[in-house]
Amino acid sequence: MHSFGYRANALLTFGLTILALMCAIASFSDNFNFPSPSAEIQIVRFNGFKKKPHGNDECAQVSLIMNITADLQSLFTWNTKQLFIFVAAEYETPQNSLNQVSLWDAIIPAKEHAKFWIQTKNKYRFVDQGSNLQGKDFNLTLHWHVMPKTGKMFADKLVMSGFRIPEEHR
Amino acid sequence: MGWIGDTVDSVKSIQIRQLLTQAVSLGMIVTSALIIWKALMCITGSESPVVVVLSGSMEPGFKRGDILFLHMSKDPIRTGEIVVFNVDGREIPIVHRVIKVHERQDTGEVDVLTKGDNNYGDDRLLYAQGQLWLQRHHIMGRAVGFLPYVGWVTIIMTEKPIIKYILIGALGLLVITSKD
Repeated sequence: MHSFGYRANALLTFGLTILALMCAIASFSDNFNFPSPSAEIQIVRFNGFKKKPHGNDECAQVSLIMNITADLQSLFTWNTKQLFIFVAAEYETPQNSLNQVSLWDAIIPAKEHAKFWIQTKNKYRFVDQGSNLQGKDFNLTLHWHVMPKTGKMFADKLVMSGFRIPEEHR
Repeated sequence: MGWIGDTVDSVKSIQIRQLLTQAVSLGMIVTSALIIWKALMCITGSESPVVVVLSGSMEPGFKRGDILFLHMSKDPIRTGEIVVFNVDGREIPIVHRVIKVHERQDTGEVDVLTKGDNNYGDDRLLYAQGQLWLQRHHIMGRAVGFLPYVGWVTIIMTEKPIIKYILIGALGLLVITSKD
């Protein structure tokens, strides 16, 4: 009854149960954080279109420079490992009811870096699936995905609307 | 000589009963594990509710050996979600983030492009020859939960089978030798 095997087994089971419980509690505690993030994106300028045939997407890709200001510090809790943020352009075309194209992303490893200002080009190609984007209205959305140390992952976004790609080639 | 036969008989009967109870309890453990797995499959709607991260392509978010819990709901796929997908001709599913979504006006079908957070380029090189987009049927689930390190158990066992056999052997020995 009190052999080494039994004791080792009991200890292991107990330890694992406590660990699992602590993970569950840590993840659950995230629910009590009510963040109030703020962000603003401005497009400084469009650098025109580049014609670049690539497989099926034989259409112009847009190049732009944007200003991103954000304060995401309130998203951090003690169970937050990092924040993955990205800016996506969202628009509608005759072919597609929704298009989401990621333009820029970043990983915020700590709370100290969560309040920032950056001026950047689009990191990924802003190109549609088939149609040309000249004169297109679109939204810019800042998404954030909270990656926890353990447990449930959270995600949310801020939508900024009223952007327009200029009509003419440069 | 009679008493020897008696003792042999008694030993034999005890052994058989013990063996039976042990076989039954082992069966209970195996079946309950199976029940839990199948129940998870039903609840999450994903054919593999738990996956182990095998590569470093999502670092520093997910490291090798971390565990992801998947969920497959009817909700449409959107950018930023971490999905697990299968590519034709590749056996091992890949865990990467969605960076582009194009949803059809008429059919509602989606074209999805993924990328690993730690990779420089998108995943078109990983897809099948000539494949530009992932469709709904490639995607096995989206990651909703995360547990660090636990997946190392399975990684070690698949990469060093000797350890697996030693472990199974030790456990079997424990079951056989243990007395209530």
